[in-house]
Amino acid sequence: MKRLLPHPVLTVTLTILWLLLVNQFSAGQVILGALLGWLIPFSTTRFWPDPIRIHQPLALMRYFVVFMYDIVLGSFQVAYMILRGPSHLRPAFIRIPLVLKTDLAISLLANTISLTPGTVSAWLSEDRRTLIVHTLDTGDAEALVADIKQRYEAPLKRIFEGSE
Amino acid sequence: MNDFLLSVLILTGAIFTFIGSLGLARLQDFYTRLHGPTKATTLGVGCLLIASALYFSIRDGGVSLHEVLVSLFLFITSPVSAHLLAKAALHLRVKSLATLPTQKGDTPPKHP
Repeated sequence: MKRLLPHPVLTVTLTILWLLLVNQFSAGQVILGALLGWLIPFSTTRFWPDPIRIHQPLALMRYFVVFMYDIVLGSFQVAYMILRGPSHLRPAFIRIPLVLKTDLAISLLANTISLTPGTVSAWLSEDRRTLIVHTLDTGDAEALVADIKQRYEAPLKRIFEGSE
Repeated sequence: MNDFLLSVLILTGAIFTFIGSLGLARLQDFYTRLHGPTKATTLGVGCLLIASALYFSIRDGGVSLHEVLVSLFLFITSPVSAHLLAKAALHLRVKSLATLPTQKGDTPPKHP
């Protein structure tokens, strides 16, 4: 089973992606999409050394909703900061100590931080334990770190690495 | 009613995209400038894409979901490029309004 279908999650994702790409839903396209979704993981198997496991699909949905909400809210804040003028900004580099271990979870966390307004992930330390993040306007760096850890890192850990 | 909704979405999108680009011109150093285009554009382009999806769904009947793909690819590429730009800037020790991280291992090795 594992040899025949190395990455079930990837297969389903690629099938859905294909259906979106052709923009029509018919039996033929579903079969074609599934075929591609099955073949592509084979040819790219070196990119996916670890199997992707989603421990809590519902938590993933919830994470997505929180993420969307933060983008909308944060965009207004950043727009306000830009209009108010650069002299009011307090940019800073902050260090976020990571508890995440897997590549996928770390890159998702970094992407989330970059996409949510006001923060850009800038560098992952060589030992992969600390993420350096540039922020646009920080009053209380520690509160921000705690917020990011609790809001994004904890759910990502539960979803992709399971609770230990 | 549809037209009204679509215009609101397109205008909101345009305003946010504009503010993002304005940030690029107004902000003072490399790192803060990174924020404008990656951020405000997330919501700006999002609004434009929702408007596009709605318009084509109404016009052609049925559902147009191409736009979901555009936003998906945007959500994958924009943080990665921002991250690489920031990383390269740290590597070159580009001047910053914020104090650069100093601890060993917290920054890429200095470019000679």
